[in-house]
Amino acid sequence: MTLSLGHVVFGLDPLYLGGVGLDEVFITLLKVVVAFGLLLMSVMLMIWFERKLISDMQNRIGPSLAGPFGVFQTLADGIKLFFKEDLIPERSDRLVFKLAPYLSLVPAFLVFAVVPVGGDFNGGDGRVTIFGHDTFLQVADPPVGILFVLAMSSLAVYGVMLAGWSSGSKYPLLASVRASAQMVSYEAALGLSLVAVLLKSGSLSTNQIVSEQSVWNWNLWVTWLVPMVVFLIAATAELNRPPFDLVEAEQELVGGFHTEYSSLRFALFFLAEFMNTITMSAIIVTLFLGGPNGPDFTTVGWLSGVLWFFIKLMLFLFIFVWFRATLPRIRYDQLMDLGWKLLIPVSLGWLMLLACYDIAGDRGWNRAAVVVVTLVVMAGLAGLLVLALRAAKQKPKDAHDDTSYERKATWVT
Amino acid sequence: MEAAVFIVCAAIVLAGSLGVVLARNPVHAALSLVGTLFGMAVLFLNLEAHFLAAVQIIVYAGAIVVLFLFVIMLLGVDRLEDISVEPIFGQRVLAIFVGLVGFGLGATYIVVSVAEVQNTSAGVASAYLTRPLSNLHEIAEVLFFDYVYAFEATAVLLTISVVGAVVMTRRMARNQQPENQLTNQSSNTASED
Repeated sequence: MTLSLGHVVFGLDPLYLGGVGLDEVFITLLKVVVAFGLLLMSVMLMIWFERKLISDMQNRIGPSLAGPFGVFQTLADGIKLFFKEDLIPERSDRLVFKLAPYLSLVPAFLVFAVVPVGGDFNGGDGRVTIFGHDTFLQVADPPVGILFVLAMSSLAVYGVMLAGWSSGSKYPLLASVRASAQMVSYEAALGLSLVAVLLKSGSLSTNQIVSEQSVWNWNLWVTWLVPMVVFLIAATAELNRPPFDLVEAEQELVGGFHTEYSSLRFALFFLAEFMNTITMSAIIVTLFLGGPNGPDFTTVGWLSGVLWFFIKLMLFLFIFVWFRATLPRIRYDQLMDLGWKLLIPVSLGWLMLLACYDIAGDRGWNRAAVVVVTLVVMAGLAGLLVLALRAAKQKPKDAHDDTSYERKATWVT
Repeated sequence: MEAAVFIVCAAIVLAGSLGVVLARNPVHAALSLVGTLFGMAVLFLNLEAHFLAAVQIIVYAGAIVVLFLFVIMLLGVDRLEDISVEPIFGQRVLAIFVGLVGFGLGATYIVVSVAEVQNTSAGVASAYLTRPLSNLHEIAEVLFFDYVYAFEATAVLLTISVVGAVVMTRRMARNQQPENQLTNQSSNTASED
């Protein structure tokens, strides 16, 4: 019975093989507390990092007064927000208004639970020994690991959507309609590019996915780069980060879906946003860059994995900030075109190509011939798609109907 | 432990479904539906059906109810309804009657099937449980080997309905001017999403 509980909640972690006793509960609690504290700390540092980096890129100084190099600026801002007056708009739906920030925050926290942050993946399966017990350096390793990530990121839509709706105000509503359309659309591209990874690793468990990539067998080149690029773009859109930050396009929508929020509730949204950036980077590292896998350069066994994970994580955090500093925000119709007409067909086609290549290998067919045939079939399908898109473009012009989403939305509201 | 999880989840599911029926505000009803779906996902977990639990959240909570909310927000039906008038005569009496019949059928079915399960040997069930495959493999086997034609037919059916919806909305957009057709326009937007 106890074994089954451990298996259900925490998955395939070897910690629970001998049943769940006091030690196991303690170690699990320790992992949860460490992950929680780590995330909160890293959000604080991430906000500082982003502001500092972006000001460097824009030739400014950025936060510089609170603490050395302004590192306590986020803390100061947090304290300020904490003591501000908490306003609830008259026309808001009070219950949902109060609920929405938590619906944003909780999924952001939970996603990190399935990320392996360390462990020996150079031949080993990532086990480390804490207090004489073997375990993985991740809070939980459920058998559906990566689907859990997708589930949480699809729940995150609710926070944004309900925040906008419950504010009882025009701009937040528009922002939340935009946001939910954007997040639902890009989830498809996100999922499809992820399937390529699952095809190669043959498992949904994050620990298993990292193990499969161990010793330089990273999915980045095993899946031939394209899924990673699609995933990165879709993740940026899913995070509502620039250049896909139409949700809080200040010039059009005041402050976006959280215009009416103030004080601590606003802080929660802010926290969730940056936490999502960190966890999404961690997921990309896990899926495509082999997680903690890398050459061992320390004497302590587990330290090198954690350091490699951190280095790779920082790389992606840098890339996200870099995006924000360099790319202008795209238009809404461009956003939808990119998602539906480019990313989804490309990731689907790529998945087909990979699958055919794999099957050819398994059955001993001529791989080159199979790839050529697949490419020809896909070129035909792409031709059909282009034709369909052309046909779709023609009709609205006769009816002088511009397909931009915003105009329709404003008619209705 | 399993019983405790079941009791908590069943309470959540029941509370959620009562909320769906009783909430006056459509958005609150949709949120209660999310609660119900969540409780059911945990019930799946309790049965060690991890994959079904994840899919329950991704598909139902993550996509379908989001679309419900989307339509509610776009059409602006998130106001309290006037329920003092009965739109169709005799509707309520009939609804109560049908509801009772449905409940009775469900209860009978549960009683009968519980008796049946107790009668059949436990060996049949445990043979399934001890198979070494993960439940992802099991589902894939059922879906893509045993019922592959039904699966493909469903896919075709869904494609047809999507294409049909697009065709119908497009024809309307060509015949009518969008500016003075406010309601028509909003229904277009809803179905395109």
